Amino acid sequence: MPIRTEPITVNIGPQHPSTHGVFRMRVTFDGEMIIDVEPIFGYLHRGSEKLAEERTYTQVITLTDRLDYVSSMSNNLSYVLAVEKLSGIVPPERAMYLRVIVAELQRIVSHLVATGFFLNDVGALATPLMYCFREREKILDMFEMLCGARITLSFMRVGGIFQDAPSEFWEALTDFLEYMPGYIDEYERLITGNEILLSRTKDIGVLSSEQAINSSISGPILRASGVKWDLRKADPYDVYDRMEFEIPVGTVGDNYDRYLIRIAEMRESLKILQQCVNQIPDGPIRADTANLIRPPVGDAYGHVEGPKGELGFYLVSDGGISPYRCKIRSSSLINLTALKDMLVDTKLADMIVTFGSVDINMGEVDR
Amino acid sequence: MYGLGIAKGLAVTFRNLFRKPFTVQYPEEAVPQAARFRGEEFGWFEERCTGCASCAKYCPLGIIKIVTHPGGSNMQEGQSYTVDTFDIDIGRCMFCGLCVEACPYDALFMGSGFERGQYVRDDLIIPIEELKSAERRLSTWYRPQLEGKNYHPHKDEPLSWEEVGRK
Ligand code: SF4
Ligand code: SF4
Repeated sequence: MPIRTEPITVNIGPQHPSTHGVFRMRVTFDGEMIIDVEPIFGYLHRGSEKLAEERTYTQVITLTDRLDYVSSMSNNLSYVLAVEKLSGIVPPERAMYLRVIVAELQRIVSHLVATGFFLNDVGALATPLMYCFREREKILDMFEMLCGARITLSFMRVGGIFQDAPSEFWEALTDFLEYMPGYIDEYERLITGNEILLSRTKDIGVLSSEQAINSSISGPILRASGVKWDLRKADPYDVYDRMEFEIPVGTVGDNYDRYLIRIAEMRESLKILQQCVNQIPDGPIRADTANLIRPPVGDAYGHVEGPKGELGFYLVSDGGISPYRCKIRSSSLINLTALKDMLVDTKLADMIVTFGSVDINMGEVDR
Repeated sequence: MYGLGIAKGLAVTFRNLFRKPFTVQYPEEAVPQAARFRGEEFGWFEERCTGCASCAKYCPLGIIKIVTHPGGSNMQEGQSYTVDTFDIDIGRCMFCGLCVEACPYDALFMGSGFERGQYVRDDLIIPIEELKSAERRLSTWYRPQLEGKNYHPHKDEPLSWEEVGRK
């Protein structure tokens, strides 16, 4: 005898252990199936865009660190590219290579965190996460050698980077490039092909390429849905046009594909790092710019392929020492808009798994 | 074959069971710090400071408070301003280092500490007296002259004001 059930609306978050920050969802269930999802955000709003309007161009760099605090380097890079476009400053070659190096290291960090927490959400509590954090720690150590901080880095400056890398950084990077492929193999042995993971993630949270494009998402999620789109190839910045690497794409667009894409991207990042280490020239690391930059009146949009997708800064200058308007196109926020497409018609138990596979960062969503 | 993935995963776990842990037991043991570590306990040299307040203007949060009066003597430049107040409110500091980058006279340095815990927020304001007398563990962040000497704040002796300049 079928039991008649009423749809029930459940509030999840903002204080929920697996919502990756203060994120709230209002989910409507029919029995165990999800029929509607409404993401609610804004709990971590700090007004970064407004704060940027009353800080000088250099001081805003410290604000960008705090957007997506798992990938400060990419945020720094996106912002300084926008200011450079606005004011026509060209950084020296060595600085461009160093920027690519740190951006790729940061991508590995972010993907390690994403993979670790995704598996945490699947139910592999803490074990894979700790493996991932072991290598993340090595990269953070390298960042500490470079710029004295581990998370909020403030490494880049308009027209270059703040200071050249010390010699111990190069040693650490060479070592890292040697042992990291082995560690990625280890994660794959640990996780890829595991039956429990397969049954929890395969064909769950599917996002078709059409839906992905229509909701304007970017990054690994878009590529997992089979769209070959990467700003590093589509609109190369710094020295990406000299690098040879593949863009891994998925076929189905399910949770498992998103996981595989991140693993594959880490391997591609290692390739880029190796090429950078081989090619990097000597020379200055900062263009000759004043500390107080006054770009001409106008506007510019700078964007990078961040670990989570396209991260862009749109700056308007009125000729003063601080931006007239600073708009941040945050990848996490826009990727979240596809959450409903992924979640509807899946089960309650898959909700957190799918959410984990999107890899958002609340600092960036709420800004 | 069903179960193969799990067996492979468990083999990795098993192999890792017998190696040395990567973690250290803080506070008994601490991980080594890089020389550029941006930390608290700012190093400030009264002899080098001219009271120009570049650092205060450059700080994104405006947490450095400087009060000067003219007519002091500065050991680098002769007559100059005397610094009466130089307070850094590290309770709000984010250790971005922009103040250090802004200082043209190498008078201000990032510190390398990270363990200053206080019960009251006001105790986190470092007054000028404390800056004068503090044991300086200077970070080499944005100070290539220290890096050139291979200086490390936790391995080498504290430096005097004559030794930390660019010349
Ligand atoms: S480190 Fe940054 S926040 Fe702290 S006093 Fe210096 S400029 Fe201000
Ligand atoms: S510490 Fe440096 S920047 Fe600050 S007032 Fe003294 S000389 Fe000027």
